[in-house]
Amino acid sequence: MENISTNNSRRSFLKITSLTGGGMMIGFSWLANLIPNEALAEITAPKEWVELTGFIKITADNDITIFCPNPEFGTNVMTSLPMMVAEELEADWKKIKVEMGDYDTPRFKSQFTGGSRAMNMAWVPLRTAGATARMLLLQAAANEWNVSVSELTASNSYVSHKASNKTVSYGALAAAAAKLPKPEKVSLKKISDFTLLGTPQKNVVGKNIVSGNPLFTLDYKQEGMLIAMVIHPPAFGMKLKSFDGTAAKKMAGIQDVFEIQVYKDGYTRAGFDTRAFNNLVAVVGKTTWEVINARKKVLVEWEPMATYTESVAGRGGKKIETIPGGLESTDEHLAQMNEMQKKPGKILRKDGDPEAAFAKAKKILERTYSAPFLSHNPMEPISCVAHITDEKAFFVAPIQIPEMMKQNIIANLDIPAEKIEMKLARMGGGFGRRAYGHYIVEAGLISKKVKAPIKLIYTREDDMTNGIYRPTYMVSFKAAIDENNQVTALHIKGGGIPENSIHENRFPAGAIENYVAEGWNIPSNITIGAFRAPRSNFIASAEQSFLDELAETIGMDPIDFRIELLQKAKTKPVGKNNEYDAARYIGVLELVKQKSNWSQSNNKNRGVAAYFCHSSYAAHVVEVSIKDGQPQVENVVTALDCGFVVNPEGAKNMVEGAVVDGIGNALYGGMRFEKGVPMQKNLNQYRIIRHKETPKKIDVHFVQNTIDPTGLGEPPFPPVFAALANALYKATGKRLYNQPYLKELTKS
Amino acid sequence: MAKYKLKVNGKMMEAEVDPTTPVLWVLRDHLNLVGTKYGCGVGSCGACTIHLNGKAMKSCQLPIAAVAAQEITTIEGLSESGEHPVQKAWLSLDVAQCGYCQTGQIMAASALLKSKPHPTDEEIETAMNGNICRCGTYVRIKQAIQSAAKNAHQ
Repeated sequence: MENISTNNSRRSFLKITSLTGGGMMIGFSWLANLIPNEALAEITAPKEWVELTGFIKITADNDITIFCPNPEFGTNVMTSLPMMVAEELEADWKKIKVEMGDYDTPRFKSQFTGGSRAMNMAWVPLRTAGATARMLLLQAAANEWNVSVSELTASNSYVSHKASNKTVSYGALAAAAAKLPKPEKVSLKKISDFTLLGTPQKNVVGKNIVSGNPLFTLDYKQEGMLIAMVIHPPAFGMKLKSFDGTAAKKMAGIQDVFEIQVYKDGYTRAGFDTRAFNNLVAVVGKTTWEVINARKKVLVEWEPMATYTESVAGRGGKKIETIPGGLESTDEHLAQMNEMQKKPGKILRKDGDPEAAFAKAKKILERTYSAPFLSHNPMEPISCVAHITDEKAFFVAPIQIPEMMKQNIIANLDIPAEKIEMKLARMGGGFGRRAYGHYIVEAGLISKKVKAPIKLIYTREDDMTNGIYRPTYMVSFKAAIDENNQVTALHIKGGGIPENSIHENRFPAGAIENYVAEGWNIPSNITIGAFRAPRSNFIASAEQSFLDELAETIGMDPIDFRIELLQKAKTKPVGKNNEYDAARYIGVLELVKQKSNWSQSNNKNRGVAAYFCHSSYAAHVVEVSIKDGQPQVENVVTALDCGFVVNPEGAKNMVEGAVVDGIGNALYGGMRFEKGVPMQKNLNQYRIIRHKETPKKIDVHFVQNTIDPTGLGEPPFPPVFAALANALYKATGKRLYNQPYLKELTKS
Repeated sequence: MAKYKLKVNGKMMEAEVDPTTPVLWVLRDHLNLVGTKYGCGVGSCGACTIHLNGKAMKSCQLPIAAVAAQEITTIEGLSESGEHPVQKAWLSLDVAQCGYCQTGQIMAASALLKSKPHPTDEEIETAMNGNICRCGTYVRIKQAIQSAAKNAHQ
């Protein structure tokens, strides 16, 4: 048992609430508003419930609901996080109901889905919540039976007293338990005593998903709700000049056409307030098809946007950011990045004397890599429901970090914090896109203007061309090799538009005596943001491709070469601030080597890569074939170290998905811009991996350990790119340096 | 605007809409059947897949005026309460991640199994290739279809 302070002994932390017909706080209550649907009829409100620790509610009938605090966009937090509570609560998992918590970060402490942090951030707090409730229920039983807690057992949602053969349900104890003072310390179970955590459990929302029940923002309806769309400039570097909505307003079902200014003049943007365009034309009407048609009839004039400055609040305090005017193109971007590679960058880290080592080198290997802007393209396009009244500001929002939107809503919608009510809808994918909630403000502004509940819908074209993109990047790796075929120095130099691409403290930093990393960035008016393992997804592709070529150059096996470098970093690390644990890094390489039978194979058509990011370690071996000149990934063997695996079923699914997503983005992904215009506008122009291109088998293995769990949403993604490129080299003899790889591979 | 009578999930339903309105939006906005999803509007992603006379069809590309007496089945009408063999296979293989595309995938898969009860891997890939899953759950989708094919004919 591990003793954990609950940090709170206030009685007021607990509350009992009776439900009298209102249905407040009942699971799916907002969904039940939606639509008469037989499938929802089975979800009924329990008569009375007692809330314990903010995460659990229990009815007298022993119905137990656990709240999932973190928004769900497909990483299965709605299953894995409640499992943590249920384990310590000693509740019967098969009977547990799970409910998405509303936006209430003070209550839930953390409501953050992003950065692969959900599991790690929840690990102690959610188990503590479960254990605290268990202690209260045990104490309530002890008081009732006049025995000591140590004589009692809690199991499967019941407390029993063996000596007297008495048993009582949690539900019967809940009301008394809620009145007890909260224990100042609770004991958490040892991993070896877990009965639920570490066992494969299926998605708790699975039945609702396969039945087509309303779960997503786009599915939400309420009485009097209107549909809204926004028209944005056709090019980055353009802005709204004027519009005429007369013809559109005459069309059937159309209520209004007007301009919205998303952020007020002088608003200080926070980190996740990025938005491409500040002035939009809103079209509001009764039904989606009517609005889609009416927007085509709005006459809009655009004009070039001049360079402007914006106040941005970042980690280092407030700063002024300059957003350049001008119409940017992909070909110019490439030329600009090549130019920057020739100039000195900002030195980010330096170990030893790289200049001297390069001067003495017997051989130098230098390679340059690039990758395009990427669009997230979540399956559910951007959307938000808003209903702003004098009483409250109601939202149904697909948002990864709701708390980050608070200041924005307060400032730009003139709404006090206490009036904000936000339901966190299941998100139809995110991949980073839904960390940037400008659409919540847009929906709020539109609802305020039309004084009605509205659902803002981005069409797929809106979603793809009004984007927050993965930046475009370039980097060069240069290695010095001495007469003994030892790597004596490494020089990494790179950048991106508009963000630098370097992680200077990642491997192979720490493993090479003489090391220098320098970076640069080029400002742009194309808006960028987090995309599944930001920066890592590019730098891993370059670094791990380069290490493969470097291993070949010095005549070593690519896995052995990496392990040899990591052994150096483990036993005698160079420099400070190395971000990774070399032993765990070696662990995934050794596991993937073993599981892929690497040593027993000629590894024809196979490539390997590994990476560490977001606190977890991943290594993949990818096998490809070439048919009619087209690459096909046949099999993938993968090894992960994310600490203790909370839900092996969900974890495997995440890794499989990340592998498929990585293959797709590596081969096909890319946004092109011409004079500011996004050239890909819909899924018939932006290629996404499909069934036929998916590997036949993805064999997922986890390093078994008891380290606190870390995430999986991002870590398996970055090393896919290089494992694929390295395999394609084996199959075709062609090294790939520029993404998307299919373009380079099929270029004659 | 015109009045249309449609047979949806075995029931007669009415909608008064513009003749060009895609069935996708009739289902979602007028008939309150939101299990059929919007993904692209150009027939490229398959999120809006329904059955028209038992065959898979992208409802974003089907104007209501073209439906006439043909029978529409949506995910809500595929089974009473998620008990179709394909839905059961989806659950037992724990296919979904975000879940948004899965109703379209299930409709495409169930139409495939109706016409080809024992599809080969290649037939599955071809039939399902119009349905995108951004989360990349394709491996499990294929396993689920194979499992449904096996279980339906035991």
